[in-house]
Amino acid sequence: MSSRPRDAAGSAGERELLTAGDVARTIARMAHQVIEKTANGAESTTPPVLLGIPTRGTPLAARLAGKIGEFSGVRPPTGALDVTLYRDDLRRRPPRALEQTQLPPDGIDDRVVILVDDVLFSGRTIRAALDALRDHGRPRAVQLAVLVDRGHRELPIRADYVGKNVPTARTEDVSVLLAEIDGRDSVVLRAAEPAAAPGEDS
Amino acid sequence: MKHLLATDGLDPALATAVLDTADELKHTLLGREVKKLPTLRGRTVITLFYENSTRTRVSFEIAGKWMSADVINVSASSSSVNKGESLRDTALTLAAAGADCVIVRHPASGAAQRLAGWLAEPGTSVVNAGDGTHEHPTQALLDAATLRERLGSLKDRRIAIVGDVLHSRVARSNLHLLSALGAEVVLVAPPTLLPYGVESLPVTVSHDLDAELPAVDAVMMLRVQAERMHGGFFPSAREYSIAYGLSERRQKLLPDHAVVLHPGPMLRGMEIASAVADSPASAITEQVRNGVHVRMAVLYHLLASEGAAA
Repeated sequence: MSSRPRDAAGSAGERELLTAGDVARTIARMAHQVIEKTANGAESTTPPVLLGIPTRGTPLAARLAGKIGEFSGVRPPTGALDVTLYRDDLRRRPPRALEQTQLPPDGIDDRVVILVDDVLFSGRTIRAALDALRDHGRPRAVQLAVLVDRGHRELPIRADYVGKNVPTARTEDVSVLLAEIDGRDSVVLRAAEPAAAPGEDS
Repeated sequence: MKHLLATDGLDPALATAVLDTADELKHTLLGREVKKLPTLRGRTVITLFYENSTRTRVSFEIAGKWMSADVINVSASSSSVNKGESLRDTALTLAAAGADCVIVRHPASGAAQRLAGWLAEPGTSVVNAGDGTHEHPTQALLDAATLRERLGSLKDRRIAIVGDVLHSRVARSNLHLLSALGAEVVLVAPPTLLPYGVESLPVTVSHDLDAELPAVDAVMMLRVQAERMHGGFFPSAREYSIAYGLSERRQKLLPDHAVVLHPGPMLRGMEIASAVADSPASAITEQVRNGVHVRMAVLYHLLASEGAAA
């Protein structure tokens, strides 16, 4: 498991984009959007399945599902979908540890699946997730929810639910911190570090 | 990781990483529509077997195929080895033909190590699938995976390895790996079937199986390797079985949670009674199932990344 907490120490080139309160409000707003778009809670519809992409997509999916349950009365099932084995950059990196994959017991066939991730960047993670999903079953539709969309897409992929759009420079780094993993909620923009390792292709 | 040649000297952190990967692979493949991952697409894996094998060869082949590698099987009996080609030339041929990884089983101890030296230049990875009486590292990894699953952790667990330790590469790989992962290993065997230099190994030694059984968390029975025995190591098969076989009576001496392992192929009635092999305490079929996931994990750590650190 590579779910070590992110460094929470503030430094000079760092700006907080969302505070803990903002994160909670953003997730609540996204929950309302999901309910509206999927008609969750209506008698005739089966609730969507929320699949978080580890590491931070997993707790985000659980929180989003909690809010959807709170507002509509029906908590959608959640799970986790690790995409490591489907990534297109495996050859270029040292071998990485796999994260947990856990699908809801009823599976994903003929359900609306909402992929949940913290940051949308190049779109390559989502491409990998779509490939992974295809091996697990055949959803009726696949949607995407992200807390932060920072631009710089390298593939024709867009999110259906976006918490916050953040214009960034390619060299900047956007970190989502979540209480479940990092001890507190926050979204932080870090300035370019010349010697930094290439960022995660989110 | 460039090669997997032995568990002696294998970094426990790396071994744990492989076991964790195997765990997640098992999880992710559970109940899937398509039991295949695209991770090693375009990689070529060749199994080169100079000795008979069912489970190891099949397990590696399935592992490679489930990771989407192209797997080619070469057995010595149906190849140019029969015409007198040396191991080195055969290996260089396979590398030149495009193998990214050669999985080798050979009757000579140290064969995999030599192969890794010859293939250093083409950059082909080598996995030792059993070399003589030396090591069989993936068997030890799958045994460790099975024990972790059954017992939770290996830390401070007591594991008895029983029988023909002298000829057993499985025993050698296991005692190094299990003790590196924090377990206590006790070898139980007649004095004639213990290896030279056993006192320098990280194990304790016993000749009395009945005395050891009540205190162990797992017991690993070894096959008596008649094909490697040239001489009288014990008076008769019957006498061996009485002194060192895991009978139903002996099984009752084990604690309730204890696990029974056997690397296979089993000689029922010789080192293990049929009823014991088929009892709920036996993890023998789980070992085979875990073998596929462990070998997938090994191939992942060897081949997924181009710049894999040595």
